[in-house]
Amino acid sequence: MSFLSSPTGFLTSKIKDALGWARKFSIFQYPFVTACCGMEYMSTAASHYDVDRFGAGFPRFSPRQSDVLFVVGTISHKMAPVLKTIHDQMCEPKWVVAFGVCTCTGGFYDNYATVMGIDTIIPVDIYIPGCPPRPENVIDGLMKLQEKIQKGEQSRTLYDPRTKTGRPAELQQGYSIEQHINPSTTLRVDPECNRRIKHIESA
Amino acid sequence: MTPLQRIQERFSQEVVETHAFRGDETLVIHPGALRTVAKFLKETPELDFNFLMDLTAVDYLFFAGGRIQKEFRFEVVYHFYSLKHNHRLRLKVPVDEKDPEVDTLTGLWPGADWYEREVWDMFGIQFKGHPNLKRILMYEEFQGHALRKDYPFNKRQPLIGPQN
Repeated sequence: MSFLSSPTGFLTSKIKDALGWARKFSIFQYPFVTACCGMEYMSTAASHYDVDRFGAGFPRFSPRQSDVLFVVGTISHKMAPVLKTIHDQMCEPKWVVAFGVCTCTGGFYDNYATVMGIDTIIPVDIYIPGCPPRPENVIDGLMKLQEKIQKGEQSRTLYDPRTKTGRPAELQQGYSIEQHINPSTTLRVDPECNRRIKHIESA
Repeated sequence: MTPLQRIQERFSQEVVETHAFRGDETLVIHPGALRTVAKFLKETPELDFNFLMDLTAVDYLFFAGGRIQKEFRFEVVYHFYSLKHNHRLRLKVPVDEKDPEVDTLTGLWPGADWYEREVWDMFGIQFKGHPNLKRILMYEEFQGHALRKDYPFNKRQPLIGPQN
């Protein structure tokens, strides 16, 4: 359309902004719920936290009618081709949210059955780690997703486990119990326990 | 007369070992006698084990860190319950590593069908006479049996995506 490409580019950018604004407040989500994170997803969606305030209150159970794929729960290798198909069936523009640490990195699973992060299969826009994440975390992630949608950004890259690229650095750090403990609490951490965890990770 | 005593009386030749602790009775029998003993358990009115509660297997490779050596590698474990008499029995059958095979119990307890498929999937133990012995949890392309102790616990076989 020729009238959109004015010499100044003014009209084009404004229409883009308007589209982004409209899209971010009408998120039709596809909840791909496979595990216990689904409970936290439901509590986020229900009236107390109410994702409908962000225009994301109406899940569609058909990939063809949805904009955002919420992958909620552990993905096994048997399920991986199904997830890929669902993602392929969604129309552009589309976004993917990895809900819960299992979908982000595999979480505490390190076994024959589990996919070590869905970003090895489909590109992920927003990572919401937690086991499960609290509704506040989910809403935080949703607002970050809205920012991305407003800007018209989409993730196109997959995580490559050999080069360790394509995943946020925060998700690739080693785990330490101390960083999760509030120093003001009286809970004590056994240094031996922490040493063992580091030992297992370095092996 | 407890169920264990009744079986010992009837199958003294087939019983390898028995164990009873505070009313929990365990019976180990020769694999060849499984079908006869199971039929006896189900069809004797005084026993009447009409409910197969669980069917699973144990891999004794590297058992107790390799300190305990057994002459067989696997053991198939059956848990029976009688709704009528409210008594239970644990039945164990040792299975050899070279030819891991036992008779199916699907003819007596139809519920054994999926249990036996799970044991085949996870441990690679064949059930002779099973109507549909194929994997139930893992996909058909999966190589090996995941709960065997010599299967590396984190060896992944992705259908799609990279190996990691």
